[in-house]
Amino acid sequence: MAELFVDAEKIARARELARSAAKGVQAFIDRHTTVSIERTVLRLLGISGAGTRGAPLANLIVDRLRDAGVLHRGAAYWLGRALRAAPGKDPLHAVERIAAHPEKLPPLGAAEDEQLREEMRAEARAAVRELKSRIEDRKQRKRALRIGSFEGAPWKYVIVATGNIHDDVEQARAAAQQGADVIAVIRSTAQSLLDYVPHGATTEGFGGTYATQENFRIMREALDEESQKLGRYVHLTNYSSGLCMPEIAFMAAYERLDMLLNDAMYGILFRDINMQRTFCDQYFSRRICAFAEIIINTGEDNYITTADADEAAHTVIASQLINEGFARLAGMKDELIGFGHSFEIDPAREDTLLREFAMAMMVRELFPESPIKYMPPTKHKEGDIFFSHAYDVMSDLVAITTGQAIQLLGMMTEAMHNPFLMDRYVALKSASYVYRGARHLGEEIRFKPDGIVARRQREVFDQALALLEEVAKDGMMAAIGKARFGDTARRPDGGKGLEGVVEKGPEYFNPFLEILEGAA
Amino acid sequence: MSADKDKDLIRPYGDRKDDGVIQLSFVLPVPCSEKAKEAAATVAKKLGLSHVLVAAMEKAGESYSFFVVYGRTHMQLDYNAIEVPEVVHRKHGFDELNEAIRRDLGRRIVVIGACIGTDSHTTGIDAIMNMKGFAGDYGLERYPMFRAVNLGSQVEPEKLVARAKEEGADAVLVSKVVTQREVHKEDARALIDAARQQGIFDKTIFLFGGPRVDHKTALELGFDAGFGPGTKPSDVANYIYYRLLERMGRPPPPQKTAHGTQDATVPATGEKLGETL
Repeated sequence: MAELFVDAEKIARARELARSAAKGVQAFIDRHTTVSIERTVLRLLGISGAGTRGAPLANLIVDRLRDAGVLHRGAAYWLGRALRAAPGKDPLHAVERIAAHPEKLPPLGAAEDEQLREEMRAEARAAVRELKSRIEDRKQRKRALRIGSFEGAPWKYVIVATGNIHDDVEQARAAAQQGADVIAVIRSTAQSLLDYVPHGATTEGFGGTYATQENFRIMREALDEESQKLGRYVHLTNYSSGLCMPEIAFMAAYERLDMLLNDAMYGILFRDINMQRTFCDQYFSRRICAFAEIIINTGEDNYITTADADEAAHTVIASQLINEGFARLAGMKDELIGFGHSFEIDPAREDTLLREFAMAMMVRELFPESPIKYMPPTKHKEGDIFFSHAYDVMSDLVAITTGQAIQLLGMMTEAMHNPFLMDRYVALKSASYVYRGARHLGEEIRFKPDGIVARRQREVFDQALALLEEVAKDGMMAAIGKARFGDTARRPDGGKGLEGVVEKGPEYFNPFLEILEGAA
Repeated sequence: MSADKDKDLIRPYGDRKDDGVIQLSFVLPVPCSEKAKEAAATVAKKLGLSHVLVAAMEKAGESYSFFVVYGRTHMQLDYNAIEVPEVVHRKHGFDELNEAIRRDLGRRIVVIGACIGTDSHTTGIDAIMNMKGFAGDYGLERYPMFRAVNLGSQVEPEKLVARAKEEGADAVLVSKVVTQREVHKEDARALIDAARQQGIFDKTIFLFGGPRVDHKTALELGFDAGFGPGTKPSDVANYIYYRLLERMGRPPPPQKTAHGTQDATVPATGEKLGETL
């Protein structure tokens, strides 16, 4: 059950405002590329290794091109030229040769230029075909197995965060055996600020493992095995966020991940990544997710771990609508956009459960096709593990009753340590109990049309609408500059990664964008 | 007898005074079985408990068992003999610290941070300053009672000092990750020199952080404190608050450093970020 007490016209208006705010940024996105997007193009073309000292080849090549001031034509173009100029050479050396003196390269004739592009397009189509077959393989495996506890039960999502991918595998297997439907592998602290994706398996990560292609492969393989054994599909998720959003999206697609944390604004607000960079990167990353049918999870839960959950509730709604606007512009279907929100209202207050119901139902109903991702309390978590489980169980109850699709089960020991095996066990056991015990509760109960819940929804939505009016009027970038989201102000030219944003030239070439945008 | 009078002997308390009851939960890496159950009881016995009851044994995955165990301890302790240094450095939690600042200072604390010199490794400064924080510990930006300005990487010491002056900063936080040929010390000295020249040295708190930084080195270089690997934003926030109180002549004064105080989180180890490139 999820009831919505908000005027349909207001909803339509809000959606239109959010769409227009996203479109305002999209014009900027369409005119620019980034080092991360170009590295993704190279990775798609098979440039996947690392050079001496561990630097990824994709970085080495793109850095050469940027330093030579020629990246505005696109890495695919230069790779094509380099390979023509020095057939049989390895790509890095071939690119180095031409990037040393790009001005000395004779311009290509129109026919030759077109021929080069056609060759690279053919390469790109082959790469996309391979990717597609891997995605089909994933879907095939999933179709053959049970999904979730029962129809209508949220997928139980738990985290592993040992810092060693092999230990993570152990923990993930145990969690899957206990009933987990989704395993999130937590990333090493501050990976989002690295402007490259590390190479290889992580055995000594700090606070988590790096999101690397090898780590993805290792975990997916283990979960495939576990899924087969259990007869139930276990999903894998990671983070397409930070300075390498599109690269991680590609690696995740290739290694058959099912979901990715991916937000249009999270990096800007919470990691101080430059907004121009993030807006461009999120677009290409979402184009890949759309193609690979990867469910994204947006990060609105973060707003209410920062600001007061009650006071900032409207920023969650406004941001979700904006995330929807961006995601749709990137070609994502609604059923792949998993909006995030959370159960975070201060437990010291009265009637928080009604207010949580109000929010959970509103989010559920505003995005009826979305696999909504519901986060547990974190902000008011303290050291008492017993109360922590009781507190989490209340969010389980809201989740099952209001039809949330994916539920993170407890950051039970938030602010103390990573969840222990026994913490996860108790969380999974409790959630199974609550889902089972309250399976049809939602169908049986209705809230008063003018009660606390209904009034709360209308109040929050009105505030969200007012915020969206302002955002649409000022533009996204100015609104972020005024700290409208997450209580944090960011400037368009501030933050990390701006130097990686490049204006596209008229001759910009990106065969994957052509394919993904459906123009090829 | 008189000695006993001064004692206050206590034991853990479950249902009856002095019953010594303790409840435990843990996982053993073995499948559930009678043998596993006996192993769990043995854990409790080896901990010195008697009357051991394995109340629950559950399958927590194929090769793990989860236990809830009760037992009694026979130890007792003299509560009067427990000595804890004055609570001057009890670390405040997030809300509590904001409230304390509001109450004791009545304004927001301004902190400026940067990586100085040629250093572009902002991992450390970002972990402390940025909203997200580090290891589940919120960054200074997230504290309503802090105004945190992060200037990022490669900031010249003179510029950092000038900006600190302009912003009326209470504290300046610098991070150095690059330490080849002791360049971190050179830059740190340059910062302190600039602060003296620009006349803010005495009224500003200077903090130095980085993987090769310790408190002693920082003091030698003229800083108020040094923070090494594993420092949490809340350590820095609490330190600055106590230091400001001290400067206002308000008790309780901080002891040696705030970052040596008890903390419920697991000890963090050094970071290795950025070393692969």
